[in-house]
Amino acid sequence: MSATLQTTAEPRPPGEGAPRVVLSARPARQLVALARAMLRSFFRDRTALFFTFFFPLMFLVVFGLIFNSPGLGTTTIGVVGSGDVVTNLPRQLFEPKVYPDLAAGVAAVRRGDVPAVITQDGDRVLLRFAASDQVKAATIQGIVSNLVAQGNVVASGQPPRLTLDAVRVEDQSLQPIQFTTGGILSWGVATSAAFGAALTIVSWRKKQLLRRVRLSPVPVWTVVAARVGVSLVVAFVQAALYVVVALTPPFGLQLPGTWWLIAPLLVCGTLAFLSIGLLVGAIAKTEEAASAMANFIVLPMAFLSGTFFDISGAPAWLRAISQVFPLRHMNDAMLDVLARGQGVSAVWAPCLILLGFALVLTAVATRVFRWDDA
Amino acid sequence: MTTRGRVPGPAIEVVDLRKAYGELRAVDGVSFTVAQGEFFGILGPNGAGKTTLLEMVEGLREPDSGQVRLLGREPWPRNHELLPLMGVQLQATAFFEKLSAREQLQTFGDLYGVGRARVDEMLELVGLADKAGTREDRLSGGQRQRLSIACALVHDPLLVFFDEPTAALDPQARRNLWDVLREVQARGTTIVYTTHYLDEAEILCDRVAIMDAGRVHALDTPAALVRGLHADTRVALPPGALSESEARALPGADRVQLGDTEIVLTTRQPAVLVTALAERDRLDGVSVRTATLEDVFLHLTGREYRA
Repeated sequence: MSATLQTTAEPRPPGEGAPRVVLSARPARQLVALARAMLRSFFRDRTALFFTFFFPLMFLVVFGLIFNSPGLGTTTIGVVGSGDVVTNLPRQLFEPKVYPDLAAGVAAVRRGDVPAVITQDGDRVLLRFAASDQVKAATIQGIVSNLVAQGNVVASGQPPRLTLDAVRVEDQSLQPIQFTTGGILSWGVATSAAFGAALTIVSWRKKQLLRRVRLSPVPVWTVVAARVGVSLVVAFVQAALYVVVALTPPFGLQLPGTWWLIAPLLVCGTLAFLSIGLLVGAIAKTEEAASAMANFIVLPMAFLSGTFFDISGAPAWLRAISQVFPLRHMNDAMLDVLARGQGVSAVWAPCLILLGFALVLTAVATRVFRWDDA
Repeated sequence: MTTRGRVPGPAIEVVDLRKAYGELRAVDGVSFTVAQGEFFGILGPNGAGKTTLLEMVEGLREPDSGQVRLLGREPWPRNHELLPLMGVQLQATAFFEKLSAREQLQTFGDLYGVGRARVDEMLELVGLADKAGTREDRLSGGQRQRLSIACALVHDPLLVFFDEPTAALDPQARRNLWDVLREVQARGTTIVYTTHYLDEAEILCDRVAIMDAGRVHALDTPAALVRGLHADTRVALPPGALSESEARALPGADRVQLGDTEIVLTTRQPAVLVTALAERDRLDGVSVRTATLEDVFLHLTGREYRA
């Protein structure tokens, strides 16, 4: 199908000198024009730039630096007196804070100044802890029990009968940033693709730009292709930005040999989330409604798909439900590539699922799509 | 390959067009023909059915019944042959967000496949050459309207639709826009134009259709419509210019009203009356008000015109 139009330089009726303007409308030129206009609008919109590029980076900082410190990091613990166990507390785990007596230490725990206080009274090791932070309480109890048990073994004069040989199965260099980067990347792309499509449709419809474009000789597929192209460009810029930041020393991301597999994932994921945006844009009447709807879909999806937190500990039914989200599949595949260094076999199935999702939702969206309000 | 040259026949032919939304007959049997090169106005208050009519003519909405032909072609469903021949300026100024005036025109130009030189020509035409680099959200209301007209004309359409281009503009901006519209017509483009402003239609349009409640109540040149009213002419003089008896004695003065601020003489023979005033050297401060489209509207619909 060719939309090429040409005029012969036909003279105007007498008295009107100039020939008619020559038109040659080619789909490629229309597509480039629309994509360029969309990109210009996007890159001149500071709010959009913030939420697309810097907001996810903030999450990368939060999850990558603060929560990423190995183990729990050092925990301040209250100490009283100078028994063996107290002086032998491993300094890489505990930072001691000295209290004059146990009563003062317990008061400090009650106030929440320290999670626990420890002292030794002859052969009895006393630990008083706050149960309000269960994770810390359990960790401290575990470590202290271990110290007590070791002390007992030493006191018995026998060599220990059982030893524990614990080695993690992933790459020894593996840091939590390997997980965080993939999650933030999936979420960032999901947000920008879904919001981008939804807001473009709603604002173009509201301003009657959709109608204006419909009244020009532009095939509908060109408009869709321009939006897809723009979202892909944005997704790859996002990926480059996050990965480059994550590679810097404070984060210390290590790229596995198969890292290029995130490219097909980005493409398929963008299409899937565009289809969500397309549906939202088809239904919503105002930008505010579109924004709220997109948030309502993307945010719970992000949490349930394990982009921020590992959901392997979540109830089975919740993990089963999360399988319907495209983000879950994208995220899992990202982790397989970035954290576990897996190859093509880990990526092709999620890609197909994402494409299938995109296809189904786009079909639904075209059914409810409206060019005009009312 | 499509030839965009002139085709014989009218620019627009509308025959018994109808569209109902539930009980409401938005367009209720409208017929008219617009010749090529004509400046055609569609007038009527809000809710008269102008917008629905225009949408069907442009091919955005399917009529319930009736026929539309633009330059001999049917606009519904979306007719790719017709789209390059028509230009549309919409009520809402439909721009690509945050793009400059030049970028808007370039984008629309690319959609139609127009050469780049045309962009500057259009900026010049609507007087925005010095605003070429200004973003759409930083243009004034009048400048935005002129830019949207330029965008509608960038591909030099044979037929162009303007939907209330002067709405919400100050008087000076309105007058500037009139010059642009006249210029467009002078290039041989057919213009279909809706407006709230009756005075504007009277000045600009070759012919006007007056719509109310989904129907066309009258269709003619503004002058013929006004003439057809056989309405009286009102001649106003400053107070004290004439005594009441002098005024009543004037030839052609059918009725005399003496007010605090003016003396109003109503006449069906304005020429006779004004000549008589001139002979008596009483023309200082005289104003003559003939019937306008507003009176035509009042006469046709029995209602005051609410802009």
